[in-house]
Order: sequence, then structure tokens, then C-alpha cells
Amino acid sequence: MSSHHESSSARDSLAARLEKEGGVSVADCYQCGKCTAGCPAAVDMDVAPSQVLRLLQSETPKHEERALSSLSIWLCIGCETCVTRCPQEVDLPRAMDFLRQEALARKLANQEADDVVAFHQAFLKSVEKGGRLFEFGMIGDYKLRTGHFFKDLGLAPTMFLKGKMSPFPHGGGNKREVAKMFARARAVKKEPQK
Amino acid sequence: MTALRIGYYPGCSLTGTSRDFGESTRVVAEALDIDLAEIPEWNCCGSSPAHMIDHVMSVALPVNVLLKAKKAGLAEVMSPCSACYSRLVMGKHEVETSPAAKAQVEKVLACPSGALDGLPKVLNVIELLARISDRIPPKVTRKFDQTVACYYGCLMVRPPKVTGFDRTEDPVEMDKLVALVGGKTIDWSFKTECCGASFSISRTSVVGRLGAKILQDAVKRKAEAVIVACPMCHSNLDLRRGEINKRLEKPADIPVLFITQVIGLALGIPEKKLGLHRHFVRVKFPTKTAPTQAVP
Amino acid sequence: MARVGVFICHCGENIAGTVDVGAVAKAALDMPGVVHAVEYKYMCSDPGQTLLKDAIRDKKLDRVVVAACSPRMHEPTFRRTTEEAGINPFLCEMANLREHCSWVHEKAPPTTKKAIDLVRLQVEKVKRDRPLNPIRVPITKKALVLGGGIAGIQAALDIANAGSPVLLVEKSPSIGGHMSQLSETFPTLDCSQCILTPRMVEVARHPNITLYTYSELEKLDGFIGNFKATIRRKARKIDEKLCNGCGVCQQKCPVKKIPDEFNEGLSNRPAIFVPFPQAVPNKPVIDVANCTYYKTGKCRACEKLCPTKAIRFDQEDQIEVHDIGAVVLATGFRTMPTSNFSEYGYGKYKDVIDGMKFERLASASGPTGGAIKRPSDGKEPRHVVFIACAGSRDRLKGVPYCSKICCMYTAKHAMLYQHKVHGGQATVFYMDVRAAGKNYDEFVRRAIEEDGVKYVRGRVSRVYEDDGQLVVKGVDTLLGAEPVEIRADMVVLATAVQAQHDAEELAQRLHVSYDPYKFFAEAHPKLRPVETNTAGIFLAGACQAPRDIPETVAQASGAAVKVAGLFSQPELTREPIIAVVDRQPPPVFSSCVGCFLCKSACPYQAIEEEPIKNRNGDVLKVVAKVNPGLCQGCGTCVSTCRTKAIDLQGFSNEQVFAELMCI
Repeated sequence: MSSHHESSSARDSLAARLEKEGGVSVADCYQCGKCTAGCPAAVDMDVAPSQVLRLLQSETPKHEERALSSLSIWLCIGCETCVTRCPQEVDLPRAMDFLRQEALARKLANQEADDVVAFHQAFLKSVEKGGRLFEFGMIGDYKLRTGHFFKDLGLAPTMFLKGKMSPFPHGGGNKREVAKMFARARAVKKEPQK
Repeated sequence: MTALRIGYYPGCSLTGTSRDFGESTRVVAEALDIDLAEIPEWNCCGSSPAHMIDHVMSVALPVNVLLKAKKAGLAEVMSPCSACYSRLVMGKHEVETSPAAKAQVEKVLACPSGALDGLPKVLNVIELLARISDRIPPKVTRKFDQTVACYYGCLMVRPPKVTGFDRTEDPVEMDKLVALVGGKTIDWSFKTECCGASFSISRTSVVGRLGAKILQDAVKRKAEAVIVACPMCHSNLDLRRGEINKRLEKPADIPVLFITQVIGLALGIPEKKLGLHRHFVRVKFPTKTAPTQAVP
Repeated sequence: MARVGVFICHCGENIAGTVDVGAVAKAALDMPGVVHAVEYKYMCSDPGQTLLKDAIRDKKLDRVVVAACSPRMHEPTFRRTTEEAGINPFLCEMANLREHCSWVHEKAPPTTKKAIDLVRLQVEKVKRDRPLNPIRVPITKKALVLGGGIAGIQAALDIANAGSPVLLVEKSPSIGGHMSQLSETFPTLDCSQCILTPRMVEVARHPNITLYTYSELEKLDGFIGNFKATIRRKARKIDEKLCNGCGVCQQKCPVKKIPDEFNEGLSNRPAIFVPFPQAVPNKPVIDVANCTYYKTGKCRACEKLCPTKAIRFDQEDQIEVHDIGAVVLATGFRTMPTSNFSEYGYGKYKDVIDGMKFERLASASGPTGGAIKRPSDGKEPRHVVFIACAGSRDRLKGVPYCSKICCMYTAKHAMLYQHKVHGGQATVFYMDVRAAGKNYDEFVRRAIEEDGVKYVRGRVSRVYEDDGQLVVKGVDTLLGAEPVEIRADMVVLATAVQAQHDAEELAQRLHVSYDPYKFFAEAHPKLRPVETNTAGIFLAGACQAPRDIPETVAQASGAAVKVAGLFSQPELTREPIIAVVDRQPPPVFSSCVGCFLCKSACPYQAIEEEPIKNRNGDVLKVVAKVNPGLCQGCGTCVSTCRTKAIDLQGFSNEQVFAELMCI
């Protein structure tokens, strides 16, 4: 994380906001491609990881939109291999998190990634409601959101028999406290970033 | 032997899809005089989905867990699940290095300023076992006489600046534990290659592709089992074996065991107590000292 | 009564554009002691200097203040002019109306007032100046060159040819350095040893060069022109006068499995060995750590079989002290080891090698006779991947700088490989191609256009072994960052150039500055590349920064000429702005009480203890004494002295207080 780049208040580019909110300086990236070379998901991506950073470096709306609407950011597994090997120590995983959140906020998320988005949203919804993940409920929610009703149906009986899935939510996660946390977080996100 | 008391964060998967990891961890801890003090009313850490789409919650959820641990007087917390471990250390790191993030989390948790100082230290299961490893050999009743591939996955060793655990590209701590109980570990090149993590449901093909590469190398180097320390890795290599086998010339039938199950076997703990019967891929070994076939 | 002349320079518009120089001149005339004050457009010009000289003569001035630019610019100019006019040059002071005034303020009355104050300060100072004479220090006209690689060899030869004796000290048993390990040199593909060995022999034969190999510098005391170098001549365990270099001892030594350092571990050497056939001197050395005799008391085969009875097991290291006038540091570099690369196997894959190893493979006198073979199984690799920038330009690995030579030597390696292995394929993963020297870019283009080397722009994320081959996971950023996977038979890492392991320790021992990467620091990055901040110690070669052979040779010659220039003078002349400890008549002798706080404060080790004795030789008092050869006039000692016994000539306490009173 570079601290010597001052982002001026006039710059409202994604790169400037990413630096302010996430501490990631895309200017540090010299496009060597080592991240792409080691990324396990790169082969399926429409925009390579190093190119996502290049799109942010240009600070033009056209390129920023391309990054936000890419499938790549949703195919990122979060394995942290890129930042581990980056010679400039650019925190690409953090940048990816930022882009995903921004893409959802601006409704630019690539439609091919609907399943992935649905999974994340179903998971968090389950946590918000129950304090802990209720896998069975989460999967049900996922199927409703995606319409993949028959996916993994064959696995379901085995899961139950092996005791790996409970038809009832787990208690003990202080769900009221967690629900309040989610609510407060929504309020915090509306505040302007200092 | 004096009991070692340590905070315990099982996380959602250890009571769900990786119930066997949770079971084996508890019985092995008991056998080694480790008192796992479960954090009261712990909540989900957010795992991958939180950091993927909700940064504020991805820090607030795990920090809340650590705050509860701190309030319960626990100086250290061990979390067997690699994803939970990762979220806990990352959350702690963020509030410790970013005053802005700390202020934000304080608001979300509605806690007083200063409450997030001195949060407990976080360990993964291998770190804990390595710390008390001298307790293990005297209690071994049946050597785990197999040749296995230790698969570390991503989040225990990366990012190294935050986890500070083991060698990043060729870790050895799990291998050392297996050797301690009489096993042989292979030298292979996929120790830390990603298995596909949370894409098990939403992008199963990715898990199949990555899992196939991992298993192919392990099988080629004559591993009789793959040993893991992460519920996602286990699930992706075990539950999703069908998807993997679609991509292999010859279907692979080597079992996937948690490190705690391996140690449990060596300590003479019965298989049912270790949850071996919950696996999708039958746990059996081709050698003479093979345990009796797991009953599904 | 002093007669001070003040000369205010316009410096074109630089000063006059912001400061009312007329007003300054008028105000100067009112200052006590000033009898003459004028302004002029360019004081440093010929007419300006004539103006100065005429005024001194006509107005009978005995002191001068030139109010102009920074003394760092023109103090020497005006001092010389003043001297030519018959006044001691240290009775000329400069007021900086440019860098300290006109360049940092707006045009306004306070600026002119400040200029007047600055002039007033210097007038008060110059009235209290005393005439000073330059200090003369004798010079020992013998040079010490530390390091026997191409840099040290070149420097030694140049100094020796200029007529001065040189002591060349080299740590290893032979001179030659890394250049002797290279196969061919870019851009000409000259055989490295062929162009080097004549120089090595010249060094050995030169009447002005004394060559100490297998020797190290233990200590360096003293100062420029007057160093004392303590050299440890390590025991070779051979009587060099008797040894005729026949080589029987090496053939018959039963210990044969020591990894050969010269061949980068690709082959083995015996315990008694000469590093390479063209070694200078061609005398063996016994590796005491691995010799059976020293470990168990048995063997002694070499002793028995030596035809000239030259083996001396009980030979001891010898310590010698030499008087030296100047030192040239030419201690060279090392390369980052492959074990530093976690993502390329932590150094455990035999076929992942570094550049130096490849040089030994390609070298006709190397372990494979110049054939490119895989270290693992001796087979010829059909596909070799070269990874440039391995460890360099890499903040994560702690080396953010560019190692300069790797782009060129990687192209060279790829070329040599294509020449030697017909039908083989070399692929180079690069970030940029830095080929800025003469004929360098054409050399790299030749590799690509004529020799079929494939250049892929992108870094390699990981290398791992599979079925006896190496899987290289790289990327082609010019193809839209497309991942590229290659199964190679050998991988050559162009690892970063780093300072020697003991560079920091050596620099501290010699009191030479160094940078965060332990490269020795030059006195000025642009204008003084071969000098250090330590007077009398010069730099040549890669110990200062990564560089190639032509630059090294040029820099070595540059350092040599500095040494020759130093030696060409009968004595060393130094500015007399130094500290002096006062002397008074007996029984006080000096107001110095001998606390020596100044001695520990002095950054230049310039303060010594001086016993004051009576006629019988009894020591009456021990006081501080400043070595005029070492003192840099920084004034630190003056501020630490409790009794104000030590003062700075040209910047005395009285002068400084007088200036302060003007503000």
C-alpha cells in the first residue's frame, strides 16, 4: 500500500476512491502480469486481473465501466495468490472486493455472474437472519434466486444421512445482535467517506 | 500434563457440512489435554461472501467474534476452518492498522472506543498442534503408516504479511505433524494451489477443474490420501469428487482426511468418533495397517 | 582600523530583480569599517574581478565582502582574485544575497532589508577574520587497490602505469573476479577469459604492482595521503617460491567432493586446489576446513608427492602493515541466490539455475566443456526458459532497483543456447529490455531476429517440477495478458545483482558511506562518481552499483586518475577552515582540560590526544589536538567544548556571536 500518492478531492475516479477507502494504489502496478500468470481463475476471465488494474489506471469512465461490468471480478476466487507474489505489493484482492461492491451499487454486475452474486447474497442474508449460517435455508434461497432447483438434488439425501446438513437453523449466534450490526452497517455506508 | 486452555471458534461449517472436522478436533483436543473454550454466542465470520460484497460487515463480523472472546477473557483463539481463520486475522489486522476502519467497526458494533484494542491472537489448527506437538508421540498407539499428500490450500499461508504462518510456497508444518504420527508425506507441487473455495455451488465447474489438477498430481506421485485442514478444501475434493472425476482419465478414489482425523487415528480414537463415515469418498487405505473400512 | 570593501553583485536579474542593490550599497557605506561599497552587474566576470582588484589597490582595502551568490559557487573565484590583489584570500567573505535572499523572497522592502542585514553580518565577520594559510600534508605515494576483479585490475594497471607503486589485495586465491567466470561478453561475444587473462598476467608482471592474493584488509587507519593498511596474508600452506604449478597435488588429493565455487557448484574440486587453470598466481591453496590432514592428522599425500617439496602444513597467516596514500575500493558484487525464490522452488530444483551457473555451462573451460546440459541428468535441454528481472525491480524481494546487466546477459545466454543447441528453443520472459549501451540494442534484436529467441512480455508467477520437466506459468501481457504455460527442460533466472555479503562490514571498517542496499556511496551522484565522502578512498566497479564491464573499466580508470592526480602533487593542500585547540604560555599550556568530549563527537576521527611534556619528558598534561589532515571544519567539537578551548579558524566563536548581534 503506497502512502505517497495524495488523492486530491477533485479526483473522483475509481482509482482515487479505491486508494482512499481501500488503501490500494493502482499507480504502483507496472503491468508485469505476474498476478495473471498465477491466477487459478484467469483462464475463464474476460479481462485478465492485471488488465483490470490497467483499466483503473486510465481513470476514464469508459474503462472503469469495463472493469465494473467484467465477469472477471466475479470469477475471482479470493485465493490471495496475486498479492502474495506481486513485486509491487499491490493489494489486488482488496481492489477486487471494492470493484464487486461498486458494481452491485451501480447495477453493473455482469449478468453471467448472476449465480455467483446470488450465492453471496443468499449467504449473507442467512447470516443476517440467524447470526450463523443456516446451510439448508441458504441453499433454498439460492435456488429461488437462480432458478436452479434441481442442482445437486442428488447430493441432498446423502448430506442429510451423513449428518452434514440440518433442516433446522443453528441457534446460539445471537441473531438479534447480528441483525442490528447489519442495520448499523447500512447506516454507516451511507455516511460520506472522510 | 497441564491442560492448555484456548479460545475456540468452530465457525458455521464445523457444525454443518464439515461436522467431522469439528468432531475430530474436539476428541483430539480432549486426548491431548487441550481445553477448547468455545466463544460464547459466536456469530458467523462472514467467510468469503462478506468480503466479496460487503466490506464493512466482512470486518465487523469477525471482529465481533474476537471482541466476544476478549470479553470472555481469552487471550488466544484457535479456529480450525481456514476461511474463518483468514477472516479473523484479516479483520484484526484491519482494525489494528487502519484508524478509519476501526472507527467504522466501532460504530457497527456499537462498542466504546478502546474496546477493539488488544484483541486475542488468532491461531489455525496446525499452529496449535505444532505448539503442543511434543504431547503427541507418547500417545500414539497406532502409527499412521501411509504415504499422503498434505494439501494446505490458500488461506492459511496467504497473504503472508497477515498470517505469518509457515513457508508460503512450500509449507511444511502439516507434513511435520503427519511425520510425527508415523506417516510419510510426498513432495508435490500443488500444496497451496487453490481448490475453488466458495464456488462449490455457484461455479461447480471451476471447482472440478482445479480439484482435478490437484488430485491428478497427488495420485501421480503415489499419495494414498490427501490431508487437509480446511472445510472448503475437504468439500471440494471429497463431496465434489464426481465433478473432479469427470475430468480425470481414470477416476480417483483416494480419500481426503482432516489433519485432526489423521492424528485421531494415530491416537487410537475410533473412526466413528472422528466422523470418517461422513465422507463422500470412502476412507480406505491399500496397506496392511489399513483401518477397517468405514461404514457409510 | 579595518578598511572593508563591499561589492554587491546584481547577478543579472537574479538578485537585482528582487533586491534594491543600490540601497544595499548605500547602507553598506554606513557600516562601521566599510570604506568602499559599489554594485556591479556580474562580479564573477572578468571586468567584475578587475573592478575588485582595482578597488583593493586604489582604496587600500585590507578586507573584502562580495555580496552575491552562494559561496559554494564562487568563493574560490573571489578568494583567488583577492589573493592576486595581494590580500590573504581568507580575508574575503561572501554574503549570499541570491540563494538566501532574492531566490526565496518576493520583491518587497523586507527583502532589501534582509539583504542589508546579510551584508552587515559578513562585514562584522570579515573584520574579525585572521589571515590563514593552506595546510600542507605529506603524501605517501603508494596506492592500495582492494579487489582483484576487472575493476581492481584496471585501476591497478592505470595507477602503476602512471608511475606509482600499487598494492593489489584480493580475497580469493586468484585475481579475475566474476569476469573470469563468464563465457562470452556482450555485445561482441568475446571470450571473457581471452580478453581478461592478458590483463591478469600484466598485473602479475608489472614492476609497480605488488599482488597479494588470498589476502584481506584487516584495518585501515590514518587519513588521505597517510593511511596505514593492515593486511592479513592468509596461509596458502604452500611455499610460493618453491611451487612450480605442476598440479600433481591437485590430481592426487583424495578429497574430491567439495563443490567447486568457481564452477558455481556444478562440479567438484579437491581440498588442495587452484581455482581455475588460468589463475594468477597459478599457485594452489589448501582448503583447511575440508583437508583430511587438518581434520584427522592423516593423509599428507600432497606433501609426499610434491616434486619441489613446497607444501607447508604449519604455515601461518602473516600480518603486514603498509603505508598507503590512497585506496581504491573494487570489491565487486554477488548475485541473489535461487533459494531466495519461493515461487520458483526455493532453490531445490536442480534445473532452475541462475545466470552465473549458465555462464559456467556455456564456458568452454567449464564443467561441461561449453555444452548446455541439464544439471539434473546431463541431458541437453530442448526448451529453455529465461526469466529476466528475477528479484530485481521487486519491492517484495527487497530489491526495488534495476540490476542493469541482466537484459543484456539474458539475450546473450539465449543466443549462446540457440547457437549451441540446434533445434532448441529459448524463451525469454521480460518486463522491459534495457539495452542502452553502444551496440546493445542491435545485439538484442539479433537474438530475436536472427537466432530465433522468443521474447514474451510478462513475469512468471511460478515454476514447479513435473515428470522431470519444469512447468513455467507466465503471461503474455502484449496479447491481452494471456496466461502462458511452458514445459521447459531448464529455467535460467537472471537474479538480482547485490552488494557483497560483507560490504556493510567493510564500509564501516573503512568509514565509507553506503546506501540501504549496501552499495558504497559516491560523493555526488552526478558529478563525483568515483570518490567517496571519505577523502582518499575511491570507488571502482560494481561495489558502487550494478554495472557492466565497459562502465567498470571506465570508472576504474577514472578512480586511477584521481589517485594519480593526488600523487602528482608534492604535498596535499587543504583549506585551513579547521578546528584548532588553543595554546597558552606555561603553566596553563592550553585551556583544554583533557575531557576529550570533542574526540568522541568528531565524525571524522580528526582529534588526537597530545601529551604536553616538560624537558625531562614528564607528561604535564594531555590535551586535544586536531589533525589538520582529517578535520573537515564542521564545528561539532567547538560546540561540545566545555572550556571553549577549541575554535574554528575562519568561523570563530567571536565571529559567530558578532554576526548574531547584527540580527
